[in-house]
Amino acid sequence: MEGDSKVTIRRVKDSQKGSISLTVNGWLYELAVGDKPGEVAPSHTLAHTLRETLRLTGTKISCDHGACGACTVIMDGETVLSCITLTMDCDGKSITTIEGLEDLETGQLHPLQQAFIDNTAFQCGFCTPGIIMSAKALLDEDPSPTEEAIKQALSGNYCRCISHYEVIKAVKEASGRSDTNG
Amino acid sequence: MARGYRHIGKATPRKDARAIVTGKAPYIDDIRLTGMLFGKVLRSPHAHAVIKNIETTRAEKLPGVKAVLTYKNVPQWNWGLPRHESTLDSKVRYVGDSVALVAAETAEIAEAALELIDVEYEVLPPVYDAQEAMKPGAPQLFTQFPNNTLPPDPIKIDPKLLQHVVMGDVEKGFAEADFVAEGSCSYENFPHPLPPEPPGVIAEWGELGELTLYVASQSAAMNKYTAQPVLGLADIRVIGTQCGGSYGTKNANLRPLTQAAALAKVTRRPVFLYYNKVEHFEAYTVRLASRIDIKVGIKKDGMVTAVSGEWIVGGGAYTESGKYQIAVGLGETMVLLRCPNWNLRSKLICTNRIPTGVVRGFGGQELECAWLPVLSIAMEKAGLDPVEFFKKNYAKAGDGYFWRDGNWWVCRGVDYSKAMQKGAEVFGWKDKWKGWGVPTSIEGNKRRGVGVGVHGNADVGEDDSEAWVKLSPDGRAIVHACVSESGPGQRSSLCKMAAEVLNLPLDRVNITPPDTHVNPFEFGLVGSRGTFTVGSAVIQAAEDALRKLLELAAPVLGARLEDLETEDGLIYVRDKPERKVPWRKVMGIARTVTGLGRFETDFSLPSCLMQFVEVEVDIETGKTDLLRVVSATDCGQIIDPLVLNGQLHGSLGAAGIDTALYEETILDKNTGRVLNGNMLDYKWRTFLDLPQTQNVILETPIPSHRFHAIGIGEIATSPGPSAVLMAISNAIGKRILDYPVTASKILKALGKI
Ligand code: FES
Ligand code: FES
Repeated sequence: MEGDSKVTIRRVKDSQKGSISLTVNGWLYELAVGDKPGEVAPSHTLAHTLRETLRLTGTKISCDHGACGACTVIMDGETVLSCITLTMDCDGKSITTIEGLEDLETGQLHPLQQAFIDNTAFQCGFCTPGIIMSAKALLDEDPSPTEEAIKQALSGNYCRCISHYEVIKAVKEASGRSDTNG
Repeated sequence: MARGYRHIGKATPRKDARAIVTGKAPYIDDIRLTGMLFGKVLRSPHAHAVIKNIETTRAEKLPGVKAVLTYKNVPQWNWGLPRHESTLDSKVRYVGDSVALVAAETAEIAEAALELIDVEYEVLPPVYDAQEAMKPGAPQLFTQFPNNTLPPDPIKIDPKLLQHVVMGDVEKGFAEADFVAEGSCSYENFPHPLPPEPPGVIAEWGELGELTLYVASQSAAMNKYTAQPVLGLADIRVIGTQCGGSYGTKNANLRPLTQAAALAKVTRRPVFLYYNKVEHFEAYTVRLASRIDIKVGIKKDGMVTAVSGEWIVGGGAYTESGKYQIAVGLGETMVLLRCPNWNLRSKLICTNRIPTGVVRGFGGQELECAWLPVLSIAMEKAGLDPVEFFKKNYAKAGDGYFWRDGNWWVCRGVDYSKAMQKGAEVFGWKDKWKGWGVPTSIEGNKRRGVGVGVHGNADVGEDDSEAWVKLSPDGRAIVHACVSESGPGQRSSLCKMAAEVLNLPLDRVNITPPDTHVNPFEFGLVGSRGTFTVGSAVIQAAEDALRKLLELAAPVLGARLEDLETEDGLIYVRDKPERKVPWRKVMGIARTVTGLGRFETDFSLPSCLMQFVEVEVDIETGKTDLLRVVSATDCGQIIDPLVLNGQLHGSLGAAGIDTALYEETILDKNTGRVLNGNMLDYKWRTFLDLPQTQNVILETPIPSHRFHAIGIGEIATSPGPSAVLMAISNAIGKRILDYPVTASKILKALGKI
């Protein structure tokens, strides 16, 4: 596992309390379990760990109780609501967040990100990272989804500005189905 | 329509688009200042109580706690119109009201400390209903407001603020009417606009007593000029963060602002006060409640002869802007109706419900949702088609109205009946409208019905704005305007306007951050005012800068100023385009050229949005589906079509059209709590329930500024609810005068339960 990751940024060698490891956007993190800053407490949610401990603030928290999809990330290929996922349960898992979509070396955006830009598929943008992650999980599974499948996949994502219509268009465009009506 | 423009009217990516889609846009909870503490608020479990005793020692002793403040030791600041709010009080007036404040090293410690504060309350009887609250003997929220009624006296900063519309002679008007209708209707859902990002403020006091505020606001600068008089004219700097949705609710809410400032003052550290979603639901602000008793006289031809009635506005426990919302609501009703005789009076009432505040629709939506259904009774009596009625009655050039400032304004805008007509055609109104109380179609248990609503706002030209445009020798420009980004894309649109004037590529024009230290005066992005008001200031500043630049260029090029042109940072003489000199040649590298722009209030160009809706009601189950929404407007000139369409789609969110169907906060009368104060129980529209939508946007040049545009986005939520009410009434053949129209109300109206 360690061999696969690009960099190990934090190692905790002999913590008695133990540590957990998370691969986030291809980087392996080993985090000590505990209450101190930088550690993972049993009560910490994945959203909290990503945002507060790893400072990956692209993942947003809105409701913080599993009802709005703002905190959606991809874990081992599946979307999870990081606000109701305990970090301790993520030991050994591989997580992709919004920060992991852009190719950091080339600056190349994921086709979904580009399509969201081209269609102004957001207003306030607070729901956008969660929506893009839900859409990515869909496209990874089904590269050419129907409009119905897109709506299903995004049905747990709250967007109060109502950018739904532009989002659907952008997801279709990113999937190469922009011809579909809607 | 691009009309030969280089940028205006074209879809261009928003300036912050890349930051948003990569997760880098800095919202307030993404900011961590060095040494920053976290603030939390202990909230009242009672709807109405006096704090008899409050003991904070245990909380103070918790390691990591830096301050615990109660009404006894908090820096006490007061605000409200008239003043009725304070940082902390010894009395609580709704479930969720502030009792004590804590600042600690982490949010978790602050939360733990709240549990260690012991409070003894003397519980008082609550009152939740505005009409009950006005009765003698009702529980009193504020000693200074007898009968829980805010005094009708003028306020200092706006002495003529419109609180009643009184003109002509209503008795004479009713005598002239062919039909008179009378009725009551209420729009009292207390719905939550519910932006995804909860409200938050970071406050930090400097060594010299200067206060820096980071605000998640749609109008950063508004926080400065509203807080300053409250905080003893403190030296305030406000910095706006990317704002995760506002819909009016995050302008300048002084409650979290003063509380963060108090904690920061006492601890001498930066303090971040950030609501969680439960607090956002239960303890922030919601839409005003509105109830109307009204009588209207109408002629056979649809001319209105008299309007008389009382508008009871429920402000909840505190009302930060109720008086202004009443003023704008009354003005908007006048814009809607050409009527010579009025006697429409308002009352603003406090109850032990969640406070109300600014929400898009700002008073007008609340008034019209209550009043248009009664006006419909008059239209029905006269046998009038509502679209024709509105076409005839909506303000046209030369018509006058009182606006919120109490002054009489004469409309100089375009005739919106064209946009209404076009919208009706696109919707297929003529075919679908079968008359009042008649469904469009019946198929088994399913009945379809159509409805229409209209709304307009002269606040698109409200208040003052200033902007500077600074040109640099490298052929770039910076717009200095204190404009926040909460979704409407206005920061990018203003760059487009400046780029158009300066004939620069869009990527060479940028805008300063919303920071009051680097920008001139700005009122804020409210009432769709950005396009006309801030736009005017920016255009003027860009023109001024360009003139100054060309003045420098004229001697260099040996030409007259009026013969000079600029393109992409190069200047040339019009008929010698082959000789182009870069800006730096005429400016030198050690100079900038700055143009100034200023806009002053102009209420003479009301906007207009008509919405047509089609619903399908199952008369067995009472379930209603919204099938189709057509929004029709004329905005003079589209600045960016994607942005504008997005704003209009916003009608389906933020306590908008769905307040007619299901959006409401449900009060538990036994405890005073909101029963559905979370995102599982509060209903919201998902990707699976999208109606078909179409936006019909005409572009008849409007005499606003160089680009002939005005804004429209704010009121997208407003015409829909009454249209849905009308559509359901037509579908089921029974008139409903109460929101939201739940399945049980439908079944009750049909006599099925
Ligand atoms: S923040 Fe996790 S679902 Fe809402
Ligand atoms: S863009 Fe604002 S909530 Fe979706």
